[in-house]
Amino acid sequence: MKRDLISAADLTRDDAVLILDTAEEMARVADRPIKKLPTLRGRTVVNLFFEDSTRTRISFEAAAKRLSADVINFSAKGSSVSKGESLKDTALTLEAMGADAVVIRHPDSGAPHRLATSGWIGGSVVNAGDGTHEHPTQALLDAFTMRRRLVGVDAGLGKDLAGCRITIVGDILHSRVARSNVHLLTTLGAEVTLVAPPTLVPIGVESWPCEVSYDLDAVLATSDAVMMLRVQRERMNAAFFPTEREYARRYGLDGERMARMPQDAIVMHPGPMNRGMEITAEVADSPRCTAVEQVTNGVSIRMAVLYLLLGGNEPALTTPARTEESK
Amino acid sequence: MSKTLIRGAKVLGGEPQDVLIDGETIAEVGTDLSAEGARVIEADGQILLPGLVDLHTHLREPGREDSETVLTGTKAAAAGGFTAVHAMANTFPVADTAGVVEQVWRLGQESGYCDVQPVGAVTVGLEGKKLAELGAMHESRAGVRVFSDDGKCVDDAVIMRRALEYVKAFDGVVAQHAQEPRLTEGAQMNEGRVSAELGLGGWPAVAEESIIARDVLLAAHVGSRVHICHLSTAGSVEIVRWAKSKGWNVTAEVTPHHLLLTDELVRSYDPVYKVNPPLRTEADVLALREALADGTIDCVATDHAPHPHEDKDCEWSAAAMGMVGLETALSVVQHTMVDNGLLDWAGVADRMSFRPARIGRLESHGRPVSAGEPANLTLHDSAYRGVVDPAGFASRSRNTPYEGRELPGRVTHTFLRGRATVVDGKLA
Amino acid sequence: MDASSSDVRVSDHASDVDPQVPARPVLEGPDVARMLTRIAHEIVERAKGADDVVLLGIPTRGVFLARRLAAKLEEITGRTVPVGSLDITMYRDDLRLGPARALARTEIPGDGIEGRVVLLVDDVLFSGRTIRAALDALNDIGRPRAVQLAVLVDRGHRELPIRADYVGKNLPTSLRETVKVQLTEEDGRDAVLLGTRPADDAAATGRPTRTGER
Repeated sequence: MKRDLISAADLTRDDAVLILDTAEEMARVADRPIKKLPTLRGRTVVNLFFEDSTRTRISFEAAAKRLSADVINFSAKGSSVSKGESLKDTALTLEAMGADAVVIRHPDSGAPHRLATSGWIGGSVVNAGDGTHEHPTQALLDAFTMRRRLVGVDAGLGKDLAGCRITIVGDILHSRVARSNVHLLTTLGAEVTLVAPPTLVPIGVESWPCEVSYDLDAVLATSDAVMMLRVQRERMNAAFFPTEREYARRYGLDGERMARMPQDAIVMHPGPMNRGMEITAEVADSPRCTAVEQVTNGVSIRMAVLYLLLGGNEPALTTPARTEESK
Repeated sequence: MSKTLIRGAKVLGGEPQDVLIDGETIAEVGTDLSAEGARVIEADGQILLPGLVDLHTHLREPGREDSETVLTGTKAAAAGGFTAVHAMANTFPVADTAGVVEQVWRLGQESGYCDVQPVGAVTVGLEGKKLAELGAMHESRAGVRVFSDDGKCVDDAVIMRRALEYVKAFDGVVAQHAQEPRLTEGAQMNEGRVSAELGLGGWPAVAEESIIARDVLLAAHVGSRVHICHLSTAGSVEIVRWAKSKGWNVTAEVTPHHLLLTDELVRSYDPVYKVNPPLRTEADVLALREALADGTIDCVATDHAPHPHEDKDCEWSAAAMGMVGLETALSVVQHTMVDNGLLDWAGVADRMSFRPARIGRLESHGRPVSAGEPANLTLHDSAYRGVVDPAGFASRSRNTPYEGRELPGRVTHTFLRGRATVVDGKLA
Repeated sequence: MDASSSDVRVSDHASDVDPQVPARPVLEGPDVARMLTRIAHEIVERAKGADDVVLLGIPTRGVFLARRLAAKLEEITGRTVPVGSLDITMYRDDLRLGPARALARTEIPGDGIEGRVVLLVDDVLFSGRTIRAALDALNDIGRPRAVQLAVLVDRGHRELPIRADYVGKNLPTSLRETVKVQLTEEDGRDAVLLGTRPADDAAATGRPTRTGER
């Protein structure tokens, strides 16, 4: 049984649907007077953050606390990690403290995979974003948001995203959100199109199970959801695109472009948004933009993931066991 | 000095013959040689090769003795069947002066396991800005003829041109680590399908190929010779093939790991597969094998790069690049080239001894197995099958990508100038 | 370990009986209908017209039973009785004895449970641990005036001080036996099956079991 969530590619269709369905039940807890469940009482969840990300950390923290787990926040800043302590020694410390799960955010691609396969710790590892690799819980909350909006809250139970046409726009090359979404959305039966300037599409993308377009206007009319990725202004200095204005003109979503999308199509953004860059304020504040909803849904998804990984004596997800193929 | 009779060895893979070693030289090669007064080694059909020569070894001394020393590195070399290794210049301090190369040379002499030919740095501190005292290193007791900034590319075209021109005066060669630095900023692995999925910074083939293309043109222009280190892509093979077809003085090496491993292994994020240049694709591996077989690539060089455990027992991006290779090189070559019929044992002798010795201008190595020649010999049991266990390595480091993998063949005896450095698979 | 030790019977609420286990019907469709009608009448009688009763079924089969009871109550009283479901999975005390389970729906009727009489409905009452979990779950949802329990079958072997207010049928069993309720909505027919656990099953090894535990 799989005990970690490292990559969205590790999830089968049934796993993903189980997580979404579980999250749907978790979402109902938020409507109750007491928003807490005793399920993970006595379990310890460590949020191990080597990179600043207050949003993701508090989302995991809220999820773990609603399930009554003990939460330890370990930030690399100001800790011995910044004084040169290795990931291994940090992991051994957490293991000694009895962490049942480690939620890790790391600037290096593969660090969570390494943590899960190295034998350094015995608990579950949940990837909360690693370098430019993956961010599977973000993809899950995106899929959850899409299913609620495009299929229906109750009508969506037990269903996937078959037939939904999803367009992801922006810095695909450096985006862990895009990688996880391509895996997960296609597993769930959606058709994914990536849109970016060619400089921000990775070499090797042709093996991904999706379409690639350089022309945003060409795909808007056939998109049920358009996900705008954050574009770092620093990319401009590395010559990925000439100017912010040119990027916004060619790949930004404004009201005029949004009007060309199908009537019920939604606009998504993992946040934080660069208003005026990839998305205008008009679009960001429109009812079609789900950015705030995505944050809310993030807690439900993370509750579902923590419950399914830690709620029993073994996880409920059916994907293959962690492999030790490295040795 | 005593006599040794190697009985029934397939010399370069030919018919079984006896080889009599007397003192430092081969006294006789033939059948039914007299064993009188000689220690007898029953080769029983094992392959006898000229002592292997490595053009590319990192011995780490001075400076990183925690990963390897000249002594442990030469022991590893002997265990792998090598009788001469070229020690790369990226030590601390850098081997960019006559003093450092002489120190390394002297340490090699003292070790007694394997001849150590120091490589001199092309530029001061490997910084690529100012030529090191190439002439002084050549004139030193180390007699340096191979110069390389390996680990870094001599990327400045003018510096490269000058170096190529300058070493002509003493028949030197510049061994280029071909890596365009701007195209490989933040590079972690081969750029392609796998890097796109793993989100690791890409090291594109073109970063190697563009430098090789430039350097073969430069070498042709100034009439010097250039050697390409650890060539790793199919495109690089094409460029070298083209340069050779023009008659230009270009040689190239390939590492054992680039003949066997691909970037698919990086999916494990296990830094034991992190190496520079990175593991490439299946198509590259096949092109490299073919090029080694047809002679476009002149030789196998190990790029033996020892690292202490802590530099590999960490996350991928924090890990050091490199693999140890001396003790597995011949087995990997047998597996990737001989067992599938691409190369015969005479070809192995050519690619792992004759040609690298010729490129390095080593006079007493890479010689034929015949009477009167220096007795630098390697006896290889090609029928052996075993699983690689780094715990048994003579190297101080264990960063092998082959741990637990079954590889064919094993070196049973190594002779350095008639003296056995390895006997029955163990260091003498 | 002895078969009667408490950690063997971890669950009132387990998934379906192993098809390998031989089972024979002890109650058939008409019996089930008759028992539900009787329970409905008892509720009306004891809850004084049942006008502030909320029925909460415990998934899976308790929910169907609650709906059937609600229909019967409506027939008797002429008033609609609020009916919902209460999933107790995340309140179980045996979560760590098996893989994490899929959650079922908790659906509290619109007017809530505050100040009302909540009637929990389940198919089989066994150790009492499910009902203990249900009481905990209710506690997080609101404060009913009273909580009562209706079950189709009480098979005995309680491990907690819990009893049912309305029982369709008391069915004395041994721990080696299994009790399985089938309902048309889920199983295609109404029946109560009595079976025997194979000798080499969990009871023999003393390890917790997840299936056929009734």
